[in-house]
Amino acid sequence: MAELVYFSTKSGNTRRFVEKLGLPASRIPLNRDDPPLRVAAPYILIVPTYGDGEPRTAVPPQVIRFLNDEHNRSLIRGVIAGGNANFGAAFGQAGRVIAQKCQVPYLYRFELMGTDEDVRRVLAGVNEFWKRSA
Amino acid sequence: MDMPATSAARHLSRVDAINWNRLQDDKDLEVWNRLTGNFWLPEKIPLSNDIPSWNTLTEHEQQLTIRVFTGLTLLDTIQGTVGAPTLIEDAVTPHEEAVITNISFMESVHARSYSSIFSTLCATRDVDDAYRWSEENPFLQKKAELILERYRAEDPLMRKVASTFLESFLFYSGFYLPMYWSSRAKLTNTADLIRLIIRDEAIHGYYIGYKFQRQLAQLPAERQEEIKIYAYELLHELYDNEVRYTEALYDDVGLTEDVKKFLHYNANKALMNLGFEALFPASVTDVSPAILAALSPGSDENHDFFSGSGSSYVIGKTVSTEDEDWAF
Repeated sequence: MAELVYFSTKSGNTRRFVEKLGLPASRIPLNRDDPPLRVAAPYILIVPTYGDGEPRTAVPPQVIRFLNDEHNRSLIRGVIAGGNANFGAAFGQAGRVIAQKCQVPYLYRFELMGTDEDVRRVLAGVNEFWKRSA
Repeated sequence: MDMPATSAARHLSRVDAINWNRLQDDKDLEVWNRLTGNFWLPEKIPLSNDIPSWNTLTEHEQQLTIRVFTGLTLLDTIQGTVGAPTLIEDAVTPHEEAVITNISFMESVHARSYSSIFSTLCATRDVDDAYRWSEENPFLQKKAELILERYRAEDPLMRKVASTFLESFLFYSGFYLPMYWSSRAKLTNTADLIRLIIRDEAIHGYYIGYKFQRQLAQLPAERQEEIKIYAYELLHELYDNEVRYTEALYDDVGLTEDVKKFLHYNANKALMNLGFEALFPASVTDVSPAILAALSPGSDENHDFFSGSGSSYVIGKTVSTEDEDWAF
């Protein structure tokens, strides 16, 4: 079954957003020592944006590690990124980088842990998206 | 110990040499790197290029702009000289202390920046008038008072709530105006400087809010609930005052309603920085797209693939990454 894969740091913004969505979701481990995540089905990736917005450092290293696994990469269908509009052009930069790297659509961008409106739009959108790609 | 539980946070009782290679919380290093990487000074911005543009503003628009900036100066002064130093005292590790010293200094840089704008663009007499206005404006003074009260209060968690509201909410009635000018291609260098401040404030709000959440999570559920109620109450109190401040400034130029949307939008973000749910529904946070574009220039492509036809999305292009990090 199609699902969500997400990464969240200790601040937990992305985790909260994913919890509010209430869809099946797997978390990319935070610590290097944890067993790596391997996905079994097509998924949409939800990630926060890191660092100073430089494309080079925007994607959390844990997510890069996850995507460097060719099997995982072959199953990504789209990306959703968190961030903060205060960071200007760097807002949600991680989504842009991953969309380009993996050649998948950048589906949505939200701020911090997302509002109810974000949840509503992403839920409706994700359902529609999977129906279309089924 | 009969103090409320949250007062029991350990103050650093003695000074130990800070060791950045032994972290209790790696968020401290992440934020330190981010803040130091973002370091800037107002001299870096060619504010004098805004002189011709400044001269196109009406006298009333100039007065409004100077007043807005004195209001922001007051908040930055509070944050740099009272707020952040108070938070340093509440720090529980030397790394937290170090991060907050950076925050404290940058707040003073922000306060200093407004004076750079004034000395570049404005007549001394007009600026003096605006400072006088800022001392006499009841809503601005009330806003300062509401925050200072919390900084002087007993509880470190309450202080973090106040600090986060200041950094993530109270500035935005002021930040609106340079974003508005920028959206009309006016004072664009000044807007560049303000965007640097806005970026800093986002990190400050995020960091203090994060530390708040960590401390809050250690408390009994009942106490957590009390603090949450307190936070929403304070937000309401600040919001009521902020609406009046906004009306006093912006009624004459007909911008009050749009500024209020910007207030709602940022109040939601301030709450989220504290880990709380947004308060204002989407129907009252629909800030004008021109203001949002001024806030995040160059990032205005469509990122709602879902609501579009599906043909308008962009698969990211022209971003350079360190390819050695990516094996494929």
